[in-house]
Amino acid sequence: MISFQDVSKRYPTGFEALNRLTFRIERGEMVFITGHSGAGKSTLLKLIAAIERPSRGQIVIDNRNVTNLSRRRIPLLRRKVGLVFQNYQLLHDRTVFDNVSLPLVIAGVPQLEVRKRTRAALHKLGLLKRENALPITLSGGEQQRVSIARAVVNRPPILLADEPTGNLDPALSEEIMQLLEQFNQVGVTVLVASHAIDLISRFNKRIITLQNGQLVRTEAAAEPRTARAI
Amino acid sequence: MARGAIFARSALGAKLYIYGQAHLRTLLASLGRIWRAPVSSIMTTAVIGIALALPCGLYVLLANLQTIAGGWDNTASISLFLKVDTPLAAARDVAAEIGQRGDVESVRLISAAQAMAEFKESSGFGGALDKLERNPLPSVLVVTPAAGTRRPLEANSLLAALNTLPAVDLAQLDMEWLQRLQAIMNIARRGVTAIAILLGLAVLLIVGNTIRLDIQNRREEIEVTKLVGATDGFVRRPFLYGGVWYGLLGGALAWLLVGGALLLIDGPAAHLALLYGADHQLLGPGFRGTLLLLGTGAALGLLGSWLAVGRHLSLVEPH
Repeated sequence: MISFQDVSKRYPTGFEALNRLTFRIERGEMVFITGHSGAGKSTLLKLIAAIERPSRGQIVIDNRNVTNLSRRRIPLLRRKVGLVFQNYQLLHDRTVFDNVSLPLVIAGVPQLEVRKRTRAALHKLGLLKRENALPITLSGGEQQRVSIARAVVNRPPILLADEPTGNLDPALSEEIMQLLEQFNQVGVTVLVASHAIDLISRFNKRIITLQNGQLVRTEAAAEPRTARAI
Repeated sequence: MARGAIFARSALGAKLYIYGQAHLRTLLASLGRIWRAPVSSIMTTAVIGIALALPCGLYVLLANLQTIAGGWDNTASISLFLKVDTPLAAARDVAAEIGQRGDVESVRLISAAQAMAEFKESSGFGGALDKLERNPLPSVLVVTPAAGTRRPLEANSLLAALNTLPAVDLAQLDMEWLQRLQAIMNIARRGVTAIAILLGLAVLLIVGNTIRLDIQNRREEIEVTKLVGATDGFVRRPFLYGGVWYGLLGGALAWLLVGGALLLIDGPAAHLALLYGADHQLLGPGFRGTLLLLGTGAALGLLGSWLAVGRHLSLVEPH
């Protein structure tokens, strides 16, 4: 599903965020990316969503080489990749409903369908009662859930989360991770960047460790991976 | 097979419907945004309105001058150049015939010989002209139209009628004063066009700047929208429609300003017309003029925002 081959990213300032990174993630897998701050976790996710371009190497997503993706095609790629950030990235002057339905509106889905699917996503994340609230009136955990609802409302095949539990307490963090795991269980390929080692080691998933932009360790999941029904 | 074809047609129809719906929603949302920021919207609209009102007002002024000039009684005269070598007697007959017409006040005949004599005197070629074997100049009939036929329209139809006479080679309408006025008005019209172009550029810049500020203010929203996979077209749309609204509202304001100015002028203009004994009907932009004004406003608004969006939108990317 996602394949990095010898990928390097050097910023204009000269800072090398990633150095000859090579790995593969299969369809339906859930993988944690961990490492110290500045190790390159966020950069890795940004490259998948084409927010940044690699300086060297090849990136293949869903059998398509996106290394030199044209500007016109980037939106189409981004629609296949749900994004969850540490700072939620919600629109503060729009309701929860408007925030979550945004990907559907962009994709030109008819109004009735938009309403149905948005409500379904809100229900799945326990936010139905807060449909008309503004993000500022929500707690951190609720805002993160809105962010996740938006990321999954259009049922993308890939879900990326960059430090999704960064600002949350342990109980909430566990809850969020479990949510992400649930999405993985229905066939979504999930990548979570997190430096909360204790938390992620509780989940039985592959862990890729980065250090100074290089892949230093891969820990496979303890149980053998079984074929998933999609 | 047939069912598949129907499916395809309805799918395309459904797509167009959604597309149209999205555009309509964006159009109304843009208006809503303008409504909810009244102070800055009014300022932008006012500048555009004034910028459009000026050329519009000047054009209306010109149009009114045109009709006034057209209504004046001029010393119009028609010169009929008869065919060369027309005998004097025949020329006199034609003159008498024309003199009988109801729309002609008087006819004056300048025979070929007279014409040559006048020409010798005024040109100074005296000696050289004597060498000519035959007189190349034709006889000329100077026709003064009757009182009711002095306006351009009627004078022109008289001209056409006289031109068809067999003896007439060339018929010419001399309206010196009117020609001078026309020349002045042509200069004025060019001047107004130049002003209009400059002000049009000003409108482009104003709209462009307003939209640029709008983009700056909505950076966050644009970044998030691009993050979830919006195409450039989707992101552009609200700003383009905003530009169109500014242009339309500016055009509407310009219409009001010109109308207001005309109302102010109406009183004194009526008084002036009374003193001249002329009938007066102050012309406004009219239906066509109004459509043109609003259309130009909308077009400039669209173009201005297009230029701003093209330059600034691509600079706002998620990070």
